[in-house]
Amino acid sequence: MTKTAERRPSPAAVGARQVPAPPPAGDRRRRRLLDQARAYGFLLGGLICFALFSWYPAIRAVVIAFQKYTPGSSPEWVGTANFTRVLHDPEFSAAWRNTLTFTLLALLIGFAIPFVLALVLNELRHAKAFFRVVVYLPVMIPPVVSALLWKWFYDPGAGLANETLRFLHLPTSNWSNGADTALVSLVIVATWANMGGTVLIYLAALQSIPGELYEAAELDGANLLQRIRHVTIPQTRFVILMLMLLQIIATMQVFTEPFVITGGGPENATVTVLYLIYKYAFLYNDFGGACALSVMLLVLLGIFSAGYLRLTRSGEDG
Amino acid sequence: MSSATRTLISPATLARPRGKAIYWTVFTGVVVLFALAFLFPVYWMVTGAMKSPDEVAQTPPTLIPKHLHISGYTDAWDLMQLPQHLWNTVVQAAGAWAFQLVFCTAAAYALSKLRPAFGKVILGGILATLMVPAQALVVPKYLTAADLPFIHTSLLNDPLGIWLPAVANAFNLYLLKRFFDQLPQDVLEAAEIDGAGKLRILWSVVLPMSRPVLGVVSIFALVAVWQDFLWPLMVFSDTDKQPISVALVQLSQNIQLTVLIAAMVIASIPMVAMFLVFQRHIIAGISAGSTKG
Repeated sequence: MTKTAERRPSPAAVGARQVPAPPPAGDRRRRRLLDQARAYGFLLGGLICFALFSWYPAIRAVVIAFQKYTPGSSPEWVGTANFTRVLHDPEFSAAWRNTLTFTLLALLIGFAIPFVLALVLNELRHAKAFFRVVVYLPVMIPPVVSALLWKWFYDPGAGLANETLRFLHLPTSNWSNGADTALVSLVIVATWANMGGTVLIYLAALQSIPGELYEAAELDGANLLQRIRHVTIPQTRFVILMLMLLQIIATMQVFTEPFVITGGGPENATVTVLYLIYKYAFLYNDFGGACALSVMLLVLLGIFSAGYLRLTRSGEDG
Repeated sequence: MSSATRTLISPATLARPRGKAIYWTVFTGVVVLFALAFLFPVYWMVTGAMKSPDEVAQTPPTLIPKHLHISGYTDAWDLMQLPQHLWNTVVQAAGAWAFQLVFCTAAAYALSKLRPAFGKVILGGILATLMVPAQALVVPKYLTAADLPFIHTSLLNDPLGIWLPAVANAFNLYLLKRFFDQLPQDVLEAAEIDGAGKLRILWSVVLPMSRPVLGVVSIFALVAVWQDFLWPLMVFSDTDKQPISVALVQLSQNIQLTVLIAAMVIASIPMVAMFLVFQRHIIAGISAGSTKG
């Protein structure tokens, strides 16, 4: 203490440049500007890409939805004509019906199966790594390959699906080639290909449940199903809801499976909204119609996304 | 992780003879189910490509190919120009990976440590894109790539058409930013006092400490490009430039079944191999995703 007091320079010494004077205000401002310039230098590449491929297309979707747009010529404002045209397209209602049915079936099949699977896997004490690798393997196969693979399985002649049914002496099915079975067939493909992620995430959530809760429940005389109902599900409610919303968002944008396996057929039974957007843009060359459809899909998905984000926020707080 | 963790069923129940019997029955059941549901389709694909064209169309099918033909694989390699398409995919994936690592890391570092003016607004704008499902915007995104504003260049049939949009990945950027946020501030300050510039700090201090998150982002970036279909389908109308996923679908119409199946196997090998090599990291990364939201 005393030493510092001793060393404190006299006012005269300060004036004599022993301690650097505080920089003048202009210098500080220049310094701050330089810092900002540097910060934006680091940001620039990312910002340009986001602006070009995320923000601008989102605005453009809304703008083009009200235009007659042909690449190469200047766009014309047409009011809500694109929306009325799209709404009167018989494929429109089919696409929405198919997409919503697909999403619902994917929730019933594609959500219940991984959920139960994760519950069972969590109880197994052996070969844990093996199960995790095997269940995730299909996720690593390119979606196009899974789609082509199942297209071959669904082949009415020598496809594996019908061969298995014949082997079990069960009636065969038209699978993806029948108007009433096509959509379910695609849900099976999507479930097979994607459930690995759901299983792994849910498994991780199950492992975070404190063991004492199960012990307490068992002491209270709760049987297996009661323990699942009163401990497992409430404890993982947040993850279940999050996975469900993510799956709804993903399945409402389904494209690869119908495009590769059924081509939207038979009789438009598997045309999805995204497939219809693709058709409007690249088959009909009607970009206005495609953007009108995109906006509708965007609004609906935005609601689910907002729900998802709110959920993850509240999860972080709690 | 320890074996002592209590789950639905108590260790005491499992230790009883009845519990043991049920456990091993369920265990065997799950092994068989997994083998049939996940491994058998893959086996069917790999061996299907080795069957003769007659054998693959035969009912009832043969479980094991009568003769192993590798001609399916060699034909696929030559007839479907697989080397070309695989190379295209490698170029597209590697470029997207590099662009993402450079630009997303730099932007995440700026947002996390450099306090840019309007940083919060920018971060908000980036996070908002998470709410906008990417696929729903492919058409306006395509129109933008076909005719970039101001410079009026087209990115169609150009790997840049994959690389640049890949940078606009809010998920990866946010992952990096959150990791950078947690780095100890005093280490960075110490480097600054030693006279290191911002780039130097990023390169020599931040990045070496960020190996885990860089690994996760790298894998996500590579897998995303390798697996993507709709976007490259729009970008590459030129057959010679198409990645393997697009080429497979385009060629699937008029090619012999065994050759197509062989090509499907070849297309799957790189990602499956990468998965098997990095399985522990990948699985840990996915599992961590659930608890960290």
